[in-house]
Amino acid sequence: MLLYRRLLLARLCEERIRREYAKDEMKTPVHLGIGQEAIPVGVCHALPPGTRSFGTYRNHALYLALTGDTDGFFGELYGKITGPGKGKAGSMHMCSPEKGLMATSAVVATTIPVAVGAALANQYQGNGHLVVSFFGDGAVEEGVFWESLNFACLRGLRILFVCEDNGLAIHTAAAARQGFRSILEAVRPFGCHTAEAEGAHLLSVIESTRLLLSRMSEDPKPAFLHCAYFRFLEHVGPQEDFQVGYRRRPTPEEFERLDPLLRFEKTLQETGCSVEDLSRTRQQVEKQIDQSVRSAREAPFAPPAELYTDLLI
Amino acid sequence: MSSTKTYRQALALALEKEMEADSSVFVFGLDVPDHKKIFGSTAGLLEKFGPKRCFGTPLSEEAMTGVALGAAISGLRPVHVHIRVDFMLLGMNQIVNMISSLRYMTGGKLKVPLVIRAVIGRGWGQSAQHSKSLHGVFAHFPGLKVVLPTTPQDAYSLLRSSIRDENPVIFIEHRWLYDVEGPVDEGQKIPLGPPAILREGKDLTVLCTSWMAIEAMKAAEVLAKRGVQLEVVNVRTIAPLQEEELIASVMKTGRCIVADYDWVFCGFSAELAARVSHACLGRLKEPVERLGFAHVPCPTTRPLENAFYPSAVEIIRTAERMLGLRESDLGTESFYSYEHKFKGPF
Repeated sequence: MLLYRRLLLARLCEERIRREYAKDEMKTPVHLGIGQEAIPVGVCHALPPGTRSFGTYRNHALYLALTGDTDGFFGELYGKITGPGKGKAGSMHMCSPEKGLMATSAVVATTIPVAVGAALANQYQGNGHLVVSFFGDGAVEEGVFWESLNFACLRGLRILFVCEDNGLAIHTAAAARQGFRSILEAVRPFGCHTAEAEGAHLLSVIESTRLLLSRMSEDPKPAFLHCAYFRFLEHVGPQEDFQVGYRRRPTPEEFERLDPLLRFEKTLQETGCSVEDLSRTRQQVEKQIDQSVRSAREAPFAPPAELYTDLLI
Repeated sequence: MSSTKTYRQALALALEKEMEADSSVFVFGLDVPDHKKIFGSTAGLLEKFGPKRCFGTPLSEEAMTGVALGAAISGLRPVHVHIRVDFMLLGMNQIVNMISSLRYMTGGKLKVPLVIRAVIGRGWGQSAQHSKSLHGVFAHFPGLKVVLPTTPQDAYSLLRSSIRDENPVIFIEHRWLYDVEGPVDEGQKIPLGPPAILREGKDLTVLCTSWMAIEAMKAAEVLAKRGVQLEVVNVRTIAPLQEEELIASVMKTGRCIVADYDWVFCGFSAELAARVSHACLGRLKEPVERLGFAHVPCPTTRPLENAFYPSAVEIIRTAERMLGLRESDLGTESFYSYEHKFKGPF
């Protein structure tokens, strides 16, 4: 139920954003991850303590999986001083170093080498900690991804690369962007550990992450996890965009297979959870979100003097 | 303890001292540990501290810049070295989108104590891609400190201060300065910020950066023979800029030449000229003059390269104009020529 709660938290927070966004109070571009949630929730569930993570602008589920902090989350989205970045970060730069989410970035692939640097620091300090770098399939087309993978493999760093592959870079399909057959095939010659998981299948993500972590402890090399998933909404913003024509709407059967929440609910019911158990959890999560949204809307903005703080020490 | 050192020795000593003092300091970059040791400025580090703390990298400037950032936010103090500042442009995404902004974007939760050292090339055909300075470009971005030492003492003390600073510091070293000798007091601390008054004078202030301080000192020596006293003020930390001494100097002399080691258009010289003009409006006897690179990419061949760079001669001629003096005969003067120090090939 802990896992269900985390999955639900990510989904319901984003559904709330979709409902609230039209009020124009959250003035920050949101890259919603409906369909993606099982990847960060699953990977983070398998991580040992002390792990540091780095992510992208599609980071809501990752932030919530690592922190559970809906007050800070909505505070940041509403641009209030109660957000983790005091309103200087917004949706695209959610972070919580104290909970291990070190940085997220709006420039594709930009946190990948930074994650590698954190892994180098762990090796330097000999602390045995792990680093995880989350990025999308578009990042694989950036030179810095290959530079980073090369250096991590060269130095045998303890880093897990997680490719959250939705097959789209904004609106452009992988087939129009990638001159290679598969990301995993392209990565394999570097000699790191590799695995694949079904991005909509929470237990598959957890299992593959654990498999890679156990291989890493036997043979200390970086690992690469590839998770395909379906992005239900537009690249940025709260709407669906099937009507614009660059991709088709999935059939209801496909929807069921692509939706990580529906799939996990089904699994839970098969293992004995009742509908009431699930709806009770849903109500608790909704209540938490209600309170967080209310307090975020009521919270103050940073005073003007905050403009010049946090730049240099 | 004070002794005479070259600029390159001063840099290597500063690194050694900081690595001795703090095990979280490490030095890395392309060619850093090889036999040439970045023109001698990393000499002895590999031997003393081993490959864990002094290492070379793949040719991956952006990733290595990101690696420096990742290490810095994880409790280490990286010093990333580029043998040419031009190569830093490949890491610009990390410098501008991440390093300068990360502390701010995290509401002050992270600190980024890292140093990026970069050498400016000049002479013997360095051409368009081995000769930029770029300090004004880096200073343009909030969140970066930018330092350009001229003397061996400044190289030593400011590098130590940069490594100890809790913020990202871009540290730019002119290749010709590497051979300059001067006294270095190992105990002297110089904070990032204040300029250095290299020579006092009453007639005209020359605000100068990097190698232009050497040219300005030569100009001051030549003009002193005609009874003209230049005040030479070396702006060694350009960001954050500490302007009080600069303005005080121009208030005293009433005349100012900004001699910047960079292109003039949209350059750091414009920033200085604007600030001085604003602060000293009623006191200025002449408009502030600016000297810098010709507005073209740096040419390769020597005669064109000579025309590209500003020199002591231009400072002298500009000062003479501003003071209403006839041009002096410079025929007997000897000006700097790099061939006295190295002959190439590079």
